[in-house]
Amino acid sequence: MPPTFTIPATNVAIEVALLGKEVTTGNTALTILRGVSFTITAGEAVAVVGVSGSGKSTLLALMAGLDTPSTGGVRIAGQDLFALNEDGRAALRGSTMGFVFQSFQLLASMTALENVMVPLELAGTPGGTEKATALLQRVGLGERLHHYPKQLSGGEQQRVAIARAFVTSPSILLADEPTGNLDAATGAQIIDLMFELNRERQTTLVLVTHDESLSAQCGRVIRLAGGALQP
Amino acid sequence: MRLLPEMRMALRLLIRDFRAGELMLIGIAVVIAVAGVTTVGFFTDRVQLALNRQANQLLGADLVVSHDRALPTGMVQEAQRRQLAVTQMLRFPSMAVRGDKNVLADIKVVSAGYPLRGEVRIADKLYGEDRRASTIPAPGSVWVDERILSQLNVSVGEKIVIGNKDLEISAVMTQEPDAAIGFINAGPRVMVNEADLAATGLVQTGSRIRYRLQIAGNAEAIDAYRDWVAATLQPGQRIEGIRDARPEIRSALERAEKFLNIAALVSVLLAAMAIALAARRFLQRHLDACAMMRCLGASQGQLMRMYLMHFAVLGLAASVIGCAIGALAQQALAHWLGTVVAVDLPQPSALPLMQGLVIGLALLLGFALPPIIALGRVPTMRVLRRDLGTPDGRGVAGYLLGYAIIAGMIFWKASDFRLGMFVVLGFTGAMLAAGALAWLLLKAVSGLRNGGISWRFGIANLRRHPLGTIVQVIALGLGLMALLTLTLIRNDLLSAWQTSLPPDAPNRFLVNIQDDQVAPLKAFFAERQRVPPLLHPMIRGRLVQINGRGVSAADFADERAKRQIEREFNLSWAASLPKDNRIVAGQWWPPSGIPREQYSMEDGIAQRLGVKLGDRLTFDIAGTPVSATVTSLRKVDWDSFNVNFFMIAPQGLLEKQPVSYVTSFHLPSGKSGNNELLNALIKQFPNLLVIDVAQVMAQVQKMITQVSKAIQFVFLFTLLAGLVVFYAAIASTQDDRMQQAAIMRTLGASRAQLTRAHLAEFAVIGALAGLIAAAGASSLGYVLAVKVLNVSYNFSPLAWLAGVACGGVGIAIAGYLGTRRVLATPPMRVLRELA
Repeated sequence: MPPTFTIPATNVAIEVALLGKEVTTGNTALTILRGVSFTITAGEAVAVVGVSGSGKSTLLALMAGLDTPSTGGVRIAGQDLFALNEDGRAALRGSTMGFVFQSFQLLASMTALENVMVPLELAGTPGGTEKATALLQRVGLGERLHHYPKQLSGGEQQRVAIARAFVTSPSILLADEPTGNLDAATGAQIIDLMFELNRERQTTLVLVTHDESLSAQCGRVIRLAGGALQP
Repeated sequence: MRLLPEMRMALRLLIRDFRAGELMLIGIAVVIAVAGVTTVGFFTDRVQLALNRQANQLLGADLVVSHDRALPTGMVQEAQRRQLAVTQMLRFPSMAVRGDKNVLADIKVVSAGYPLRGEVRIADKLYGEDRRASTIPAPGSVWVDERILSQLNVSVGEKIVIGNKDLEISAVMTQEPDAAIGFINAGPRVMVNEADLAATGLVQTGSRIRYRLQIAGNAEAIDAYRDWVAATLQPGQRIEGIRDARPEIRSALERAEKFLNIAALVSVLLAAMAIALAARRFLQRHLDACAMMRCLGASQGQLMRMYLMHFAVLGLAASVIGCAIGALAQQALAHWLGTVVAVDLPQPSALPLMQGLVIGLALLLGFALPPIIALGRVPTMRVLRRDLGTPDGRGVAGYLLGYAIIAGMIFWKASDFRLGMFVVLGFTGAMLAAGALAWLLLKAVSGLRNGGISWRFGIANLRRHPLGTIVQVIALGLGLMALLTLTLIRNDLLSAWQTSLPPDAPNRFLVNIQDDQVAPLKAFFAERQRVPPLLHPMIRGRLVQINGRGVSAADFADERAKRQIEREFNLSWAASLPKDNRIVAGQWWPPSGIPREQYSMEDGIAQRLGVKLGDRLTFDIAGTPVSATVTSLRKVDWDSFNVNFFMIAPQGLLEKQPVSYVTSFHLPSGKSGNNELLNALIKQFPNLLVIDVAQVMAQVQKMITQVSKAIQFVFLFTLLAGLVVFYAAIASTQDDRMQQAAIMRTLGASRAQLTRAHLAEFAVIGALAGLIAAAGASSLGYVLAVKVLNVSYNFSPLAWLAGVACGGVGIAIAGYLGTRRVLATPPMRVLRELA
């Protein structure tokens, strides 16, 4: 079924229309998302909250085109995400989105600096070293440019991930439980850093969390329960 | 009893892992290892048996007991009781007479059933078409060889006199199985039916008769009978097998065995590598579950026991499947072999199956134990911090058990401590060298960090786990080495081996040439436009003292050593080292100004007699003691068919002693002109002994051809094992690669960029592995050529080129095919699956 978009795509960063996801394990089909629709305006900070298994992470993955939906669709800055093929989606991600994951997802084979440079290099943007160095200095890791992820603490790894997320100056930042693997104090620092950068660069922020205090810092909260939006 | 619930849990885990496909790779590795080893086991056993049998055709039997008196009837009865085929033969020199002509002939008196192995071929007239003889000469008649006809000037149908009896020549013998046993019975041959023996009146006290009891049957019965005879052997009675009879055959057989065993060992090594890699992947995938079980109260010991049982059951199941495949494969093999080796192969015993089971379990436990220990020791904290407990290089020490198992297997296969030690140290050294080389190469390549993101990403992946990369490079290198050895080196080696016995290798020996015959003999050859053969001086002497102490046969336990002491040695002198000899210890004497009291001794006989470099030997040469120090030991290439000597001295030491000369030359077979040459030779030099070794040579050449084919087949398994290693090496890093690729995709990498990165990574691994493989294959080729086959070895630049090119391209393609799934799976699924 082709997605139907009800709201005109002006100043809209993300538009989610009737998004549904179903997975089949063995003989049982499990519905993770059912008919979710909303829009996020550019520059907005939105928290997606819900209990475990409510479909938050799946929603985020679909918004980034990391997985394909069973029904419905997503538009990023007016571009129908699933009209693109894998490579098209990857290119769109590279140019418009940054990611911060709960488990950091750094490339273990590369140094902090190299990790931050990766998105620029993939897009063929020149001057990667300077930009990446500057950003790592901005997140307080100026002294640890050539360390490998293994040699960094959890908080430091997440800072590298944040620098990597912002290095392409994306218009959208997607964060999946960014403090989930960190202690409270470190988590708070990471959140502060993320919001700071977000304000500086006027990025649209979508933050998946089950932390109510964290969601309170966002301008809007989208609640999910059993794969559907709660009013 | 806590074991029972653990066992149940282990089985449940096993079933779950099996359903999840986690055990596929490790199972396949064990199955192929066991199938390969079992088939190779069957193969080598059966081929060796077949080759032994073929060699036995030269002996005319599987076993011969000989004596200079009639052999006890108990010996015959015992053989019959054991349902072995038995026939008796007498052999003695006697004059064959026709009118005023006579010749000293080698008389063979045979009875029904002769020959038990091989065949006698006869023709109706001189140089006529020959056929296989189905009986022995009828009473009153004889079969003779062509030399009798020409030397006595008789033809088929006429009579000759042996002893007191007139016997009619009923056929010309063109081939007989036991013609070439030893050099002593070199006269023209006459075959007589035993019914005529009494009438010749030749069997009297003092006659130089050798009684030979020939026995044939299945291998186990023969072995059992050999043991029985050995226990009842009287002084002077002797057991002969083909290996005792001709050094040429023995040496060809030993080389074949070594070659086949090395091929089998390389496949075991490759299988071990595949199992180690597959088990490591299993470990990585089970760390989380184990950490969780430890959280839930499982002790280290419990976890280890559980996984030990898990692997034991897996190993047993996979080994059984492997054995079944091996058993099927060897049936196909037997069929295929039927066209290669023209003898019936014995039915396989259950032994290779037992060996397969033991090897499968031992290999799996040896190489899965380090991961099992790591699983047991996983820190409970891993449930919170996933980076804890991930295996790094430190587990290497755990593979000591696997190493010990492989070493044990090598010793077992080599069944010779020195050879085993040589192979174990050789392999260890080679692995360490390969590791060091891989490390250096990796270091060098890591420096090349300029270039596109794909290249850098690929290289970064290699650098990430240097030890893992080195293991992969070595594993792939071994697989490629098997491939290179199979394709390039093997052909070089086999053709070198086959040409080591050129078509014009000497096939006739001339013995007993006297000093004053040297010049006339050279003239004889020159007159007939033939190159005069090289004459070697020969002095006969008995070894009487070693380091001033008298020696006798009783001083030695070894049967062959005893015999050598009882017999005379043939000594020779020479200024330079004969061309198919190689010094293995000490030094050959310089051309001039040398102390004359030196001996150079053949290495094998020196070992048998316990003689070392620097020992002083005294030979009794026609009553004169001649003493000298052993200053060098030589390896002799006996199957070159050139004249060779156990003992060589400088000319000065021996030239005053009574000397005769010996030579060898090539005489094309089947041409009547050549027989005329032989006859003319005998006429002019009636005292000369002409020894015909053409048949032994043909046999050796046939064996070399067959063994070459056998080796090709055995190497196929090595190749298969190499392919499994390829796959295991790629699969062992699959999860890692998938996760990295998923992250890259999230960050915007296109398929093309990721594909290029993977290609770069695999191409570098492949090229490095190719370099190592070329180095390994060249070294293996060198060792096989020089140490095993005794042929010279030419380093093939093609092997290096092909190694690097095929490695780079082949592994890149294989890696690409193996990681396509990485690119086809949505990144989120990967991140979630592996996170």
